[in-house]
Amino acid sequence: MDFSHLKKIRTIVSLLFFIPTSFLFLDFSFHFAETFSKEILYLQFIPSIISFLSLAGVAAAGFIFVIILTLLFGRIYCSSICPLGTLQDIISFIKRKFTKRKAYKRNVDFVKSKYIILLLVIILFFSGNIIGISLLDPYSNFGRIISHLFKPIYIGANNIISSLLEKFNYYSLFPYEIKTISLISFSYSILFFLGIISLVYYKGRLFCNTLCPVGVMLGAVSKISLIKISIDQNHCTSCNSCTRVCKAGCIDKEEKNIDFSRCVNCFNCFAVCPSGGISFKNQFSKKVNPSTFSSTRRNLLKRTVAFSALLSGVAISQIKIIPEKASTIAVPKKNHVTPPGSKNLEYFNNNCTACHFCISACPTQVLQPAFLEYGVSGLFQPKMDYQTSFCNFDCKICSDVCPTGAIKVHSLENKQTIQLGIAKFIKENCIVETEKTECGACSEHCPTKAVKMGPYEKITIPEVYEEYCIGCGACEFACPTKPHKSIYVEGNVQHKIAKIPPKETLENQLKEDEFPF
Amino acid sequence: MDRRNFIKKSFQAGMVTSGALSFGGFSDLFASTNSLPNQSFDLTAIRGGEPDAMFDAAIKSLGGMKTFVKKGQKVVVKPNIGWDVSPERGGNTNPILVKRIIQHCFEAGAKDVYVFDNTCDNWKRCYSNSGIEQAVKDAGGKLVSGASEGYYQKVDVRNGKRLTSTTVHELILDSDVFINVPVLKHHSSASITSAMKNLMGIVWDRGYWHRNDLHQCIADFATFRKPDLNIVDAYYVMKKNGPRGVSKDDLITLKSQLISKDIVAIDAAAVKLFGSEPESIKHIKIAHDMKVGNMNLDKLSINRIVI
Repeated sequence: MDFSHLKKIRTIVSLLFFIPTSFLFLDFSFHFAETFSKEILYLQFIPSIISFLSLAGVAAAGFIFVIILTLLFGRIYCSSICPLGTLQDIISFIKRKFTKRKAYKRNVDFVKSKYIILLLVIILFFSGNIIGISLLDPYSNFGRIISHLFKPIYIGANNIISSLLEKFNYYSLFPYEIKTISLISFSYSILFFLGIISLVYYKGRLFCNTLCPVGVMLGAVSKISLIKISIDQNHCTSCNSCTRVCKAGCIDKEEKNIDFSRCVNCFNCFAVCPSGGISFKNQFSKKVNPSTFSSTRRNLLKRTVAFSALLSGVAISQIKIIPEKASTIAVPKKNHVTPPGSKNLEYFNNNCTACHFCISACPTQVLQPAFLEYGVSGLFQPKMDYQTSFCNFDCKICSDVCPTGAIKVHSLENKQTIQLGIAKFIKENCIVETEKTECGACSEHCPTKAVKMGPYEKITIPEVYEEYCIGCGACEFACPTKPHKSIYVEGNVQHKIAKIPPKETLENQLKEDEFPF
Repeated sequence: MDRRNFIKKSFQAGMVTSGALSFGGFSDLFASTNSLPNQSFDLTAIRGGEPDAMFDAAIKSLGGMKTFVKKGQKVVVKPNIGWDVSPERGGNTNPILVKRIIQHCFEAGAKDVYVFDNTCDNWKRCYSNSGIEQAVKDAGGKLVSGASEGYYQKVDVRNGKRLTSTTVHELILDSDVFINVPVLKHHSSASITSAMKNLMGIVWDRGYWHRNDLHQCIADFATFRKPDLNIVDAYYVMKKNGPRGVSKDDLITLKSQLISKDIVAIDAAAVKLFGSEPESIKHIKIAHDMKVGNMNLDKLSINRIVI
């Protein structure tokens, strides 16, 4: 059997996963993500497993297929399905365009420590701290890289083209405004991306084989997979073609053996073997040489990974607003608001891997990455940022796209009554109080009229009817006072249900053919 | 900067020409003979029909769209598309009316008809769910985003008291004809939203208005660029919980429409339809006193049509 086409097939399959997954994060028409996210992300391992833990069912069983696939053929996932894996392959493809290919050293490092890292991530997760997964999950990191590094480029290109077309009175392409940039998330993404590039450059798939919880776990599983790559001792001419193209450094040329915990099933070796000595074999039909690697452990501390240093020394820069007539009382917000359908702070913090898909998909851009607002374990998880925007009443895209089930509403009607928080009015800051002129921007934007204008010294002033408030933040966003808002949303740690405003029908006073003037 | 200056200059030139035309009654030269009404009205009010039928009657009473739109001109239509709500919620201008207006513009020979609003909710959702995106597409107009600051050019409001300068969407500045199509609604900030309040959707920074005496700013801005034609959609009228509305229960079906060149007169008539008195709405009173237009309806010639 000829296995040399496997590499081509792998390349095509990986692009079939990579391109739509990337586009999910890039797209700002919002229809694509809303429609196809569930299908495209079905097999993503970590989102699927987290989703399965809270809502077991076929809809969240993608990871089971991945495990079965791995038990049959090894880590197909890492070279075909994982978008971060394909991104690394693209980096190494570009690298080969500029430099001559050299074999990666056979990798024998971190044999035990990679399992210790994995164990740590798992223990942390089950003790209610998701930070290990947030920082190491390949899918989530990929999402952040696309959202924070490539999406701005994509939008920038769009904006340049649309402004050129605008000069010719052509308005079909429109510019897209990025309302705010989260420096922390941006910095982490760029450092992670640079880290990945240098790892790929010098070490091949080292990330996948030491830090990636999915890679290490599937590596362990693939040790017992049914069908394995094997080197035929009789055919092998020891030409070393395979070791030169192996991106995981998993082929032992002396022993003519493969370390399956590291092999990412890229099939590069099949394509280059001149003697047809490499093939897929059912390991139970014929015993292959059972010897394993002798592992040496060295320089563990020297190989500190680039992004471990990332958490230090980055600060948010904020644009200072010069007020026309400054409001005086600082907003005393205690709890930050979590997205609609995130149930409560604890559930949300334990189930979100901060992949930033919702952030990318949110049409109003109200979802922004948190820094330490949720504590360390909630690093990069999305928060409702009412300084930047507000939650659209008739929208639940975040819930539609969330792959882990951290954000989940049952229907639009359900979402429209979930009370994320409650609007609080600071009279001392309000225009009506300080200027004695009408304003009402908060009430204007309120979708449930929980904020109403009531009589106040010949004009009107905001009044909050808390039972109808859903905490969407429209009032807080619209409030024009600077630097402090006069109305803000205090987050509900446990989301509640808001009352629906009572209905009363109106009488039409005017007859059909009557004019009041 | 060159482009901006060009826009400003051509805009000024346009104002001078249109001013001269309106003084000398030269508009007669351009109007076709059959569409000229016997009597010229300051305001036409129509009741009892569908939005498109009412507009057909309304524009006919003012001499047809040819009175306002000449061959080859660039027209901008500014409806209210502020909210992500469906047409039957009455939060935005009726899409049937918007479509009919664009059709009339093209029949009059317009080269291009542009439609935009600086929305409050997410603009793409507003455009789409208001039905206006489809209406504009069907009529052959061009829908333009109002959601990027780059579209907005700095202008001076020379006669403004509190609002003396702002930034205005470029389409308003470089179009030949500006048609203002608000929907009549209750409004929690401005008491009522109609023609003058609708102009808030052609500027970028609305917060400034809210901070600096909203009613005065609304009146100030009405001195900047009076629309060539105002059409108030009062088919559904939101009587409470405006301007967004909570449900259909906030509406009454009034099946009415107003059309006028006088932005103060049309707002005064709209307030009457709504059930209030014009002088009780501060920005209307201020605009009247600033001589932007006339809110005394009994001094105006009003054409009342029932379909």
